[in-house]
Amino acid sequence: MKNTKEFSIIVGGAAGQGSRKAGLIIAKFFNELGYNIFINEDYQSLIKGGHNFSKVRISTEEIFCEREKADFLLALDKNTIDQHESKLVPDGKIVFNKDKIGFDKGIGVAADVIVKEANGLPIMSNTALIGALAKIIGVDFSILEKVLKKEIHKEVEKNIEVAKKAYDSVETLVKFESTGNGHKPLLTGNEAIALGAVSAGLEKYIAYPMTPATSILHYLADHKEELNVATMQTEDEISVINMAIGSAFAGKRTMVGSSGGGFALMTEAISLAGMTETPIVIVNSQRPGPATGVPTYSGQGDLLFTLASGHGDLVRFVVCPSDATEAFIWSNKIMNLAWKYQTPAILLVDKELSENTFSFDKDKVQGLKKEEGLIWDGKGEYMRYKNTENGISPMAFPGKTTEVVKASSYEHDEKGITVEDASSIKLMQDKRLRKFEEMKKEIDNLEAIKTYGKGSKAIICWGSNKGVCREVGEKLGIKVIQPIVLQPFPAKQMQDALEGVKEVILVESNATAQMENVLNSYGIKVDKKILKYDGRPFTLEEIESKIK
Amino acid sequence: MKELETNCVNTWCPGCGNFGILMALKKTVEELINNGTPREKIVLVSDIGCNSKIVDYINVNSFYSLHGRPIATAEGIKMANPELKVIVFTGDGGTFNEGASHFIHAARRNADISVFLHNNRLFALTTGQFTAVSPKGLKGKSTPEGNVEEPFNLPELAMTAKASFIARGYSAKADHLKSLMVEAINHKGFSFLEILQPCPSFFNTINDYNERTYEITNNADSKDKALELISEWNYNGEGKIPLGVFYKKDRYNYEEAINKDTDDNKVDINKCLEIHL
Repeated sequence: MKNTKEFSIIVGGAAGQGSRKAGLIIAKFFNELGYNIFINEDYQSLIKGGHNFSKVRISTEEIFCEREKADFLLALDKNTIDQHESKLVPDGKIVFNKDKIGFDKGIGVAADVIVKEANGLPIMSNTALIGALAKIIGVDFSILEKVLKKEIHKEVEKNIEVAKKAYDSVETLVKFESTGNGHKPLLTGNEAIALGAVSAGLEKYIAYPMTPATSILHYLADHKEELNVATMQTEDEISVINMAIGSAFAGKRTMVGSSGGGFALMTEAISLAGMTETPIVIVNSQRPGPATGVPTYSGQGDLLFTLASGHGDLVRFVVCPSDATEAFIWSNKIMNLAWKYQTPAILLVDKELSENTFSFDKDKVQGLKKEEGLIWDGKGEYMRYKNTENGISPMAFPGKTTEVVKASSYEHDEKGITVEDASSIKLMQDKRLRKFEEMKKEIDNLEAIKTYGKGSKAIICWGSNKGVCREVGEKLGIKVIQPIVLQPFPAKQMQDALEGVKEVILVESNATAQMENVLNSYGIKVDKKILKYDGRPFTLEEIESKIK
Repeated sequence: MKELETNCVNTWCPGCGNFGILMALKKTVEELINNGTPREKIVLVSDIGCNSKIVDYINVNSFYSLHGRPIATAEGIKMANPELKVIVFTGDGGTFNEGASHFIHAARRNADISVFLHNNRLFALTTGQFTAVSPKGLKGKSTPEGNVEEPFNLPELAMTAKASFIARGYSAKADHLKSLMVEAINHKGFSFLEILQPCPSFFNTINDYNERTYEITNNADSKDKALELISEWNYNGEGKIPLGVFYKKDRYNYEEAINKDTDDNKVDINKCLEIHL
């Protein structure tokens, strides 16, 4: 076995067999020991059968991507062995249920026999395999018991009995010591997006189910008690966003979420939010397109579409965080920004961020809170679209003042009444343009671009690809530049980041290098492109071999 | 009431049915105010079309929405602030062509909003094309040989969609219309008020309606009776056109169910993070 600072394990099975849960439980053993965790989820668009797997990677270092090879394989079915045996390191081990799977290598656990002896349910064979694995990788039984108690809610004692029997049936092969670091919450990107928005005052979340955004809806609905967000599932994405705009007009911080197809349906109303100056946050979690594409896999093919979403002259915030901690931070910031500038704001993420699990850095989100937008002071006659110097008109909400509040999708005067004359049209567009200028200035004051390392060679990447690029960059001594805000584009910060850089390598998960298009429009030339568009994430080794 | 006026120039055609609807609306708002609903608790939400200009002509809170979408906007407003009386102004094209799905779902879930449907039975502002409510055979610029499609029977559709209040008024009978508007707004749940609105420019039905409409007396608690009245007019041929409340039923409403247990503003993110350790 290699040293114990870095370790990967694949947990696989058919859909419905519980491989994802098993992966999370195993990750939590290491979390208890203070390791950093990254779990990549791979599953198909089906309910039962097929092949699902979780790749759990643990490390003493910060990690945000998967490795090509694994040290262990926990197989809930034979197919998992067939699919992943070749992905094991030379001395890697396969742990499997020998009562179900005929296989002559690896470590067979008599899971069914153990469950039967304990009078347990068939699903508890997973618990037996987890128990056996815990022993093999040297996890104390007390930790196994603690995690099972937390993660399993039915027949807890019976599960622990099964786990104990399996634990005692095998030998320890490798021992992981506690790092001495505390344990961190393990969050998926979508969970972090939900929590970040709540930290900025989210009160309503509206959605139509669409992978990979759906788990935001599930999470907020499931945690109503702690988070107090009302959730709605409506007839289509068009009603979703129009309802959300109504809700925001009435003063409630509201968010919606979907993937490319649903997001496309929302674009008419993104334009409406721009015209009516209604603050609204939209999550677009990308999967490979065009059209239905590949629902449960990942891609970054919506970039240009998102940057141009909504008809008419309009600037919206587009922000692309890369991991769970960044997702929380930017979900908070974008909600506050949307309300500060009364504008549509889009969190552009992808399946890799939405559904993968990350060690969450709580310290980095301390102090993030709701920041109020510009609220009307109650003096004089209220005008929803008052022509102010910076283009931001004070907000008032219907029913919360005795003044009349009128919003309109038509071009309108300051009061909100329809106009068609040339000077009024120009006046109001100019007002909005001044606001867009303020949005640009705001971005200049934020850390809109992050850089890692230094050198004359730089990788530019965005969204979830930052994780893998950062590790590659560290390994090869290459600078990594990650634009987080993509609209308004932080041109000045990008210029600073590229200071001294002679060669630009673009890493992107789409077929047409859409980010190159964006960079070119700011005069930035890309020297080399590393593109991937098979729905799967980049591995560290893959990018490394293409750069060398 | 002077404070209900705006300085917007009215651009409806002379003789448009919308004038009668505006008059009835102003009287309705006055009555609501006199009966204790402050003006600021009323929000009008409009579609796009001749009908929707009404929100520019009355000084009450409003959201001028997109074509086909005002019902969704209104549901969002009501859900965000259940104290508000939210009234949608829309046309037959906006609601039964572009936005039909929002209508049936809002009715089904019993969102506590009122939908006032200006029914001129064609697209007027786009200079006269058939809608889903136009009579079969109607000649318009897109159907010079006559519309080949069957129209919806609107109250029948509303009934199927489980609307909890269904009524029909006529723009030329403003007092009767006002009483229907007040009753619709005061109904707790989804109320649908179809308003016959002659279009003097493209489909002038005023003589026809004056002849064929009549006011019903109905206690509105029977589905069978409602369907009987509703089927008197099929939106195509002859027959009497009943006006009044066809059906009314109290049932749970959407916003209360959605907002249940979320009003106390107690948010504990750390408690949530504990679960993820």
